[in-house]
Amino acid sequence: MVLSAADKTNVKGVFAKIGGQADDYGADALERMFVTYPQTKTYFPHFDLGKGSAQVKGHGKKVAAALVEAVNHIDDLAGALSKLSDLHAQKLRVDPVNFKLLGQCFLVVVATRNPGLLTPEVHASLDKFLCAVGTVLTAKYR
Amino acid sequence: MVHWSAEEKQLITSVWAKVSVEECGAEALARLLIVYPWTQRFFSDFGNLSSPTAIMGNPRVRAHGKKVLTSFGEAIKNLDNLKGTYSRLSELHCDKLHVDPENFRLLGDILVIVLASHLGRAFTPVCQCAWQKLVGVVAHALAHKYH
Repeated sequence: MVLSAADKTNVKGVFAKIGGQADDYGADALERMFVTYPQTKTYFPHFDLGKGSAQVKGHGKKVAAALVEAVNHIDDLAGALSKLSDLHAQKLRVDPVNFKLLGQCFLVVVATRNPGLLTPEVHASLDKFLCAVGTVLTAKYR
Repeated sequence: MVHWSAEEKQLITSVWAKVSVEECGAEALARLLIVYPWTQRFFSDFGNLSSPTAIMGNPRVRAHGKKVLTSFGEAIKNLDNLKGTYSRLSELHCDKLHVDPENFRLLGDILVIVLASHLGRAFTPVCQCAWQKLVGVVAHALAHKYH
């Protein structure tokens, strides 16, 4: 799966529009993931996962920052996410299926907060991008 | 048998009341064909699917999307017997249409996104949770008669 020039333009457009709210989008996506897919909470036994949790907000900010970094280096996702890829392979070892779940929740967040932004073409590009990020983060698992 | 809490049923029916079955059905199917283009393999006789614009405007896509979502409406009226409700359709999708059940999961996820875009913030996390459960259970019911 390769990101076309149009995909890259679409994804950059989304994150340009989201701008400084990326942190909120990240936190919202995580909250939705924990509610909708409770098994994902198993990776955060050390977190307070209650509504409005500062830890979830903080982690959402981290996730958003990683996505923004990926977008800013969209021509070299493997390079941009290399350290995070190592971290997920060696320490975190989040099962690969979970990246799809977070991706779904991120798309839902964009849809609820900015429906006009998520045209079918942009939806396709963003879905591809999130898949590509998940693939990179799990690439060194074995 | 799947258990639905009173809250889940309320979340499902209240969202459904706000949905235009024709619009959301058409949009969900069109987005499936656009976001996951390999799903077009089942619709080779639908005419022009050459671009997102063509797909969104394709009258056969719209009609079929409406048909699919109308069937969801039946599911919502029969939450306590989804396997029974979808028994005939399950056999049809296996024996005649030869559709990999993975496609039901893909369409379910797309439907949730379409609902989210129509309802905005009203599509709360617990709303999403109830609907992801529903689309998952519908997909399972549709796959149940596969052999």
